[in-house]
Amino acid sequence: MPTLYDKLWDSHVVSQEPDGSTLLYIDRQMLHEVSSPQAFEGLRLRGATVRRPAAQLAVADHAVPTHSRGRPIADPQARDQVALLEANTTAFGVPYVALAGDRHGIVHVIGPELGFTQPGITLVCGDSHTSTHGAFGALAFGIGASECECVLATQTLRQRRARNMAVEVVGDLAPGVTAKDIALAFIAQVGASGAVGYAVEYRGEAISALDMAGRMTLCNMSIEAGSRTGLVAPDETTFAWLRDRPMAPKAADWDAALAYWKTLPSDLDAAFDRLVVIDAARLEPRVTWGTSPDQGAGVSGRVPDPSAAATPAEAERIRRALAYMGLEPGAPLTDIAIDRVFIGSCTNSRIEDLRAAAGVIRGRKVAGRVKAMVVPGSMAVKRQAEAEGLDVLFRAAGFEWREPGCSLCVAMNDDRLAPGERCASTSNRNFEGRQGVGARTHLMSPVMAATAAIEGRLADPREGRS
Amino acid sequence: MEPFTRLTSVAASLPAADIDTDIIFPARFLLITAKAGLGRYAFYEWRYQPDGAPRPEFVLNQPAFAGARILIAGPNFGCGSSREQAPWALHDLGIRCVIAPSFGEIFFSNCFRNGMLPIVAAEADIVRLQAETQSGAQLSVDLATCQIVSEDGQALSFEIDPWRRDALLNGWDEVAVILNSNMTAVARFEAGQRARMAWLYAGEQ
Ligand code: SF4
Repeated sequence: MPTLYDKLWDSHVVSQEPDGSTLLYIDRQMLHEVSSPQAFEGLRLRGATVRRPAAQLAVADHAVPTHSRGRPIADPQARDQVALLEANTTAFGVPYVALAGDRHGIVHVIGPELGFTQPGITLVCGDSHTSTHGAFGALAFGIGASECECVLATQTLRQRRARNMAVEVVGDLAPGVTAKDIALAFIAQVGASGAVGYAVEYRGEAISALDMAGRMTLCNMSIEAGSRTGLVAPDETTFAWLRDRPMAPKAADWDAALAYWKTLPSDLDAAFDRLVVIDAARLEPRVTWGTSPDQGAGVSGRVPDPSAAATPAEAERIRRALAYMGLEPGAPLTDIAIDRVFIGSCTNSRIEDLRAAAGVIRGRKVAGRVKAMVVPGSMAVKRQAEAEGLDVLFRAAGFEWREPGCSLCVAMNDDRLAPGERCASTSNRNFEGRQGVGARTHLMSPVMAATAAIEGRLADPREGRS
Repeated sequence: MEPFTRLTSVAASLPAADIDTDIIFPARFLLITAKAGLGRYAFYEWRYQPDGAPRPEFVLNQPAFAGARILIAGPNFGCGSSREQAPWALHDLGIRCVIAPSFGEIFFSNCFRNGMLPIVAAEADIVRLQAETQSGAQLSVDLATCQIVSEDGQALSFEIDPWRRDALLNGWDEVAVILNSNMTAVARFEAGQRARMAWLYAGEQ
């Protein structure tokens, strides 16, 4: 019997080609300034048009400054890149979310916010974290720029079907433990390439109990285990969240869509090719110590000793990571002092994330030597946070309060770390150089990042909880 | 697209696991919107010192491997970001074939769009190929026979999706293929979907 993934796949098959490939229909595409210029250029060179402009949505998020929304953008390259997206979307009639407008934000934050993301659809973007949208029960995956061009021109992609993996998260999360910790635990359990070739469906009590923000955090990081697609079956939480979003179906359309969406969850006897079980109740807040998202541990743990690794290759991998990260084997993780804190990115920049981070501050201040910043995922998140007074709280504690964008998640704008600087970050990648040349990134949840800001070191967000 | 048929070259080894596309093409160079000429930024931090001088220990900086068209890589090569700048930069350096135990999926699929052949091989075979080629011996990769042939004549077979193989061998441009042969089926699909799920077409003609 079919899984959620099977149903999504089967309902989008245009044709089964004799050469073994499947031509898959793509319902929606999001575009950003980094992966779209070459796609539009390709269309231009072949004299093609955009088949369904209304099925596209473009926004500039990666290169944009977060200090202020004033134009022009200071960096000439970033300015040109954003201008090119504006010119291309105008020329090809593709809807564009203005940088200065109310709807602006990170592509994977605004897609859901606007109701552009919906259950049951196929959605792509030239961005690996497109898996985020799978939180709504959409078949969403990242593609390259050439594939973006293919979708613009044909609304299809040639694809190979993935296998099904179920990640069953049983039990309840303890206070202070979040969806980010489930994600980091899953990635550590299967490894950075453990889910390559699989579509991952997260299920079980702990997943049903997650709000949409948590589900998005979890699906977002599927790619860090190698899977292009993370999924959560749509349920009442999903429907309630989507209703009345600007681009969500309206009136009779809503009723028809809802009836369809309810048929999407995996059948009870659906067969998965692989099952991974995680006990939510046993998870503690997690943090990475290495240069790959699977290199992490619970906060009470220690930096691993390469000499204790199972294989020489694994020992070498740990050694390389520790050399880059400037860490000593065996040191308690909570002894690691930090220089910077980044609360933001499409993984953890939603209103729920900011509320959670603000909740641990309780009148305390960012440690003296630490520079901390909050970058809301979208203008809507920013406005909501300001309406709740969170900006005042963060500022009073010593955090910078920024405009929306990718910012220090990818360090393409002027937010970047100096070589050797160490950052407690709510983003998704601790790769070498990700936050700047020689920068050292520790991935964690918003509550743990806020705790780290106050303590000036990695610290357990559960300590001192009332 | 430039076809890929057969290739004989020295092979450069980058055995580290999880070489992500941020390492292959650092994010700050993503501000460049051109597709050509990106090779100079490939592996930038690994290839150059902060002052811009080449790091002599990096394999592609060594005279014997500077012109390598084949890379032998570690597991999960090209994981992480979907940036197609990674294969574009490798292509610009002259690399046409990457052999690894496993790949990041998006990188893997991006290669085929650019006339590059990613080959999945068993770890043990990778170790053998690395040992054979480290002093400059060449490998021949033949897509018609799906074999990697060593200088001593030993042949290693590999697997590839038939549609991807045909596209590479013929240099087919996938968008052109779909536009030429599939659009009737696409229109039929859309009509059917529109009848069943009108909300997906709200506001469209
Ligand atoms: S926030 Fe980071 S991961 Fe998300 S889209 Fe932006 S750069 Fe990519």
